[in-house]
Amino acid sequence: MLNQPMVVGVIDMDEQRSHIISALVLHRPGVLQRVAGLFTRRGFNIETITVGTSEQDDMARMTIIARGDGKVLEQITKQLNKLIDVIKVRDLEPENTVERELCLIKVHAPAEHVRSEVIQYANIFRGRIIDVGIETLTIEITGTPDKIEALIDLLRVFGIKEIARTGPTAISRGTKII
Amino acid sequence: MKGGEAIIKSLQDHGVDVVFGYPGGVLLPLYDVIYDSDLKHILVRHEQCAAHAADGYARASGKVGVCIGTSGPGATNLVTGIATAYMDSSPIIAIAGQVGTSLIGKDAFQEVDTLGITMPITKHNFQAMKADEIPGMIKAGFYIAKTGRPGPIVLDLPKDVQEEEFDYKKDLKIDLPGYKPTKKGHTLQIKKAANLILESKKPVILAGGGVIHSKSSAELLKLSELIRAPVTTTLMGKGSFPEDHKLSLGMLGMHGRKVANIVVDECDCLIAIGCRFSDRTTGNVEEFASKAKIIHIDVDPAEIGKNIDVNVPIVGDAKNTLTSLIRNITNIKISAENVTKAKKWTDYIFDFKNNCMPRLSFEDVPLKPQQVIKEIMESVDKDTIVTTDVGQNQMWMAHYFTSKIPRTFLSSGGLGTMGFGFPAAMGAKVALPESDVVSVCGDGGFLMVCQELATIKEYDIPIVVCVLDNRYLGMVAQWQKLFYDGRISHTRLGDVPDFVKLAEAFGVKGEKVERPGEMKETLKNALNSGEPTIIDVIIDPDEILPMVPPGCGLTEIVGEYKVEREFSGEIPYVKPAHGGGGD
Ligand SMILES: Cc1ncc(C[n+]2csc(CCOP(=O)(O)OP(=O)(O)O)c2C)c(N)n1
Ligand SMILES: [Mg+2]
Repeated sequence: MLNQPMVVGVIDMDEQRSHIISALVLHRPGVLQRVAGLFTRRGFNIETITVGTSEQDDMARMTIIARGDGKVLEQITKQLNKLIDVIKVRDLEPENTVERELCLIKVHAPAEHVRSEVIQYANIFRGRIIDVGIETLTIEITGTPDKIEALIDLLRVFGIKEIARTGPTAISRGTKII
Repeated sequence: MKGGEAIIKSLQDHGVDVVFGYPGGVLLPLYDVIYDSDLKHILVRHEQCAAHAADGYARASGKVGVCIGTSGPGATNLVTGIATAYMDSSPIIAIAGQVGTSLIGKDAFQEVDTLGITMPITKHNFQAMKADEIPGMIKAGFYIAKTGRPGPIVLDLPKDVQEEEFDYKKDLKIDLPGYKPTKKGHTLQIKKAANLILESKKPVILAGGGVIHSKSSAELLKLSELIRAPVTTTLMGKGSFPEDHKLSLGMLGMHGRKVANIVVDECDCLIAIGCRFSDRTTGNVEEFASKAKIIHIDVDPAEIGKNIDVNVPIVGDAKNTLTSLIRNITNIKISAENVTKAKKWTDYIFDFKNNCMPRLSFEDVPLKPQQVIKEIMESVDKDTIVTTDVGQNQMWMAHYFTSKIPRTFLSSGGLGTMGFGFPAAMGAKVALPESDVVSVCGDGGFLMVCQELATIKEYDIPIVVCVLDNRYLGMVAQWQKLFYDGRISHTRLGDVPDFVKLAEAFGVKGEKVERPGEMKETLKNALNSGEPTIIDVIIDPDEILPMVPPGCGLTEIVGEYKVEREFSGEIPYVKPAHGGGGD
């Protein structure tokens, strides 16, 4: 891939946007530090980064959301590829990618009518109530970052106590693998 | 076998015959192994110099240099040397002691996060948590250090791991699934480049350190003569092309030769090989080679498109790529029209170059650095290795000194590390004892590492160090004079030390040079004596090397460019110089 000239024309190189980068890395101590350090040192903007195991035993998959134009993205990909512990790097095309994030939201809901309203919202968003406290409800929701954002906005009126998000992870559609 | 023994055995299996090091508490087990081994160990007097010496060893010989330092301060002292090697793609292995595995993370005595600190300044680094990991790490380390784009490797070595017993296995295989240094240029891209070159009327070649790493000087020469393109180099590329060749333009950039800077501005096709377009080479990137289509050949894909946009990128080893490029060009039929336009271009270049050869001869006292360098050139062979320090001394050498063969001009380019020249010369001499080694340093830089006088004395490493003594941090003072109204803020070095006496205090011969003619004689005698010698050369503190102010285009040279003879005929277009600007 790196040996080929870049395809310009189909992609707008100057467009600033968030890119979803999927990287297969060796499952080793320090690899997260190498990747994160690279982003800081080269002045690349990381929005989120998620790491977990992959289909291969000794490898982990990182999903990095980074902002920049085409040139910045090209540098990010190339610099990541230079790391010895990084096996493969792909910039996922948004239209051919499914992206999901998990979010836990603890909402202030002491009164009965508030509770039922919160539960209704959670249902509409296909969320689940995973914990009930005396004054709080905790919702689990997965979806695209936009969908999660929308639910959070709705719940704000009740008072949000705490939010924990994983950051998006992503995979390409269909049979394609990286 | 013990971990410590495995280190030494693995190093020796990789052909290492000498290491530069400095021991400490956590390295006691390793040094106990060294005690019995036939591996030569050179005890430097500061770890930074162990790394620079290993670097000089690597640059001069093309082999991997090895240095050792203890945990904590030993490791942090190595850091400057490792970063220097990283910026200039020099293959070294730095072994750093570490506190015992059970103490890691406890802020133990002399504990520092060597792995974390060196991550951004190494090609890769390792920490051995078990002794049986050592042979594989060293094997991988050597492979990574010297293949693809070379670079430094750090091995962090906890004390208990050096003592741990394990079964040493021979013929061990290493698996590096994430490391595939690209070798061959893309055929179609090479074809494109060949066509572009033949369509051009004014081609110029820019050669960088990659040409030296890939041993492709012969191919470079062939290409240049085939297409009749003049060759300019980066600082790291000095020596990749014989600078006494008619087609050589000398170094390009902020302190480059006038002819090189202007010709690159005028060219219509720039063939850049194994270089990274550093800001010191390009000046303002918007204005760099703005009339040219650019072909960029580099083994590191990340260098392509990083600093400047190119028309034909080729990722590949310079040697392979050039060979194939030459074949492609030879296959295309060259027309009579091609020959005429090539002749027109080279005639113009030869004429221009003759008219702006920098002036070297000066009768002045205090000595002009140009005269000093001229006399150095008259006293050395073409395979003498010269090292420079950083500052005016370095740029004078880069500008005026004629390098003819690869690996004979060693200088800290990317990091610009004062204190590099002297220990690097030490390493170069250890690598190639048959070659003469001369280091040209500034008085400021030499003083940063002068404790190594003890090392060259103790181990009898007969190098000659020429200290260009201007009693200033000359390069910084030059910028103050040019861009800060001559406000010489803290760049005057005062009157001490007496460099001759300083050398003598270490038992090293010290000489003083003050007048034209003396440099040549003194240097020749020093080289013939086979003894390490320091030559204190009193030079004119007011001499300024013309330069391109930071942020300006390469043709905007400030300062008087003194030429060997007056211009005759038409003077090429030079944009008016303007001053100042921050870096
Ligand atoms: C370790 C380090 N500190 C500071 C600098 C900044 N610097 C660049 S050139 C220079 C002056 C060098 O003075 P000297 O060694 O006397 O050489 P000269 O320029 O006088 O030839 C300085 C301070 C540097 N390059 N390296
Ligand atoms: Mg000086």
